[in-house]
Amino acid sequence: MDADVALAARLASDLDGSFGALVATHEGRLYTIALRLLGDPRDAEDVAQDAFVRAYRAMSGYDADRIRQLRLRPWLASIVVNLSRNRRRRLDERTPPLQLEPIVEAGWEPPGSGDRASPHARAARRETLRTLAAALAELPPGPRAAVVLRHVDGLSVAETAAALDRPEGTVKAQVSRGLAQLRLHLAHDPDLAAHRRELSA
Amino acid sequence: MTDRRPTGSAGATTAASVPDLASDLERALAGLAVRAPETLAPATMVAVGLADRYAELPSPLGPIVVAWNGRGISWVDRAGDPGAFEARFAATVGRPLARSDAVPGDLARAIAARLAGNRRVRIRLDLRGRTEFETAVLMKALEIPRGEVRPYGWIAAEIGRPKAVRAVGTALAHNPVPLVIPCHRVVRSDGSIGQYSLGGPAAKRTILAAEGLDPESLEAGARAGIRFLGSDTTHVVCLPTCHNAKRITPRHRVPFRSLAAAASSGYRACRECRPASGSAAVAA
Repeated sequence: MDADVALAARLASDLDGSFGALVATHEGRLYTIALRLLGDPRDAEDVAQDAFVRAYRAMSGYDADRIRQLRLRPWLASIVVNLSRNRRRRLDERTPPLQLEPIVEAGWEPPGSGDRASPHARAARRETLRTLAAALAELPPGPRAAVVLRHVDGLSVAETAAALDRPEGTVKAQVSRGLAQLRLHLAHDPDLAAHRRELSA
Repeated sequence: MTDRRPTGSAGATTAASVPDLASDLERALAGLAVRAPETLAPATMVAVGLADRYAELPSPLGPIVVAWNGRGISWVDRAGDPGAFEARFAATVGRPLARSDAVPGDLARAIAARLAGNRRVRIRLDLRGRTEFETAVLMKALEIPRGEVRPYGWIAAEIGRPKAVRAVGTALAHNPVPLVIPCHRVVRSDGSIGQYSLGGPAAKRTILAAEGLDPESLEAGARAGIRFLGSDTTHVVCLPTCHNAKRITPRHRVPFRSLAAAASSGYRACRECRPASGSAAVAA
């Protein structure tokens, strides 16, 4: 958060000279948000790039004070969410919803497991995250965006509300509705159940 | 962080490394964060115009190098030693530059259409760093049709700075996108070919010839003092390379040394090549 305040100050005094730092700091999260909202890596990369271009263009028109006061994390998140929504709308008009392979790259690491985890356990973890990504992709747009920003990206409730331009109460309700639907979905996932049985056998 | 050392059997140990989605869903969701693809940051810097890419393209002068970013074409140069080109770009523009496989299709098509003489094709040019005057000069040069030339003074008069002929020459000499902005179609006010940044007068002759002009007869006419051509049927007077002048049959072609002479013979100026701007050049 403090790093973002410092970055906003640098952008305010030298946009062109500091924009590379903004990209380096936020590219992972913008790509992640777009990927979790859209499902397709190429769409996600396009949308993340477009979001940075929008941000650059917007800041080019702002005076220094306005740039300094930007809360970069929720602001950038709001841009990428809006662009993802537009992209999705266009895709939906063209084709029926695609069944896309959810991407898992950096697996969830439980504390202390590290490299000592067996290949079998690592594979199981990957499989679990894949299932989770697929379940997330099936949430309705509202709860999905709320869950992605709040728990995948790790914004606070207030930041998520700012990014989605909704009241905090609505965001809280959407997050808990999303989590409840995920739990329900995961409890009935046949692959996951088979996995558990296999592991505890 | 809580220590969740497994308490029971070996089976429980294995299970502990698989996130229990029901009880630890929020933390498992954080595991869905991924790294951005390596291509995202460099492509983004190019898209906002803070870095450039370059690739080769064919041209009437042989292969050329074209650099671009999200704002448009930023540089055109002779192909050859990429190191030398990169050094020139670094010294003049200073932005990070990387080689690419090919010029993007839309830019390549726009360049080809422009070189073929189609001035209606929209082309995006990155002219950042130019002064207002330099930009006006370059944009005016962009209007000169293929197969025609205009004097430096014509540009000066057209942009409302009739006395800035020499500055027009300097602005064109620093044209970052030669060929695309056809500074080769601007010649000296006495009709001689003049300088050219992309390979000197010889290259300028080559490209003008490729565009259908005969540089020899152009210079011969200039040496003979012919600045304008009129038609004794329409009584319209043009700059010698204006497409309207080229349509006059030799029988009806009337050469003039000055617009005053043409005017006193009852000729009016062509509305397309606007030779009055050209005569300002002669005066300058």
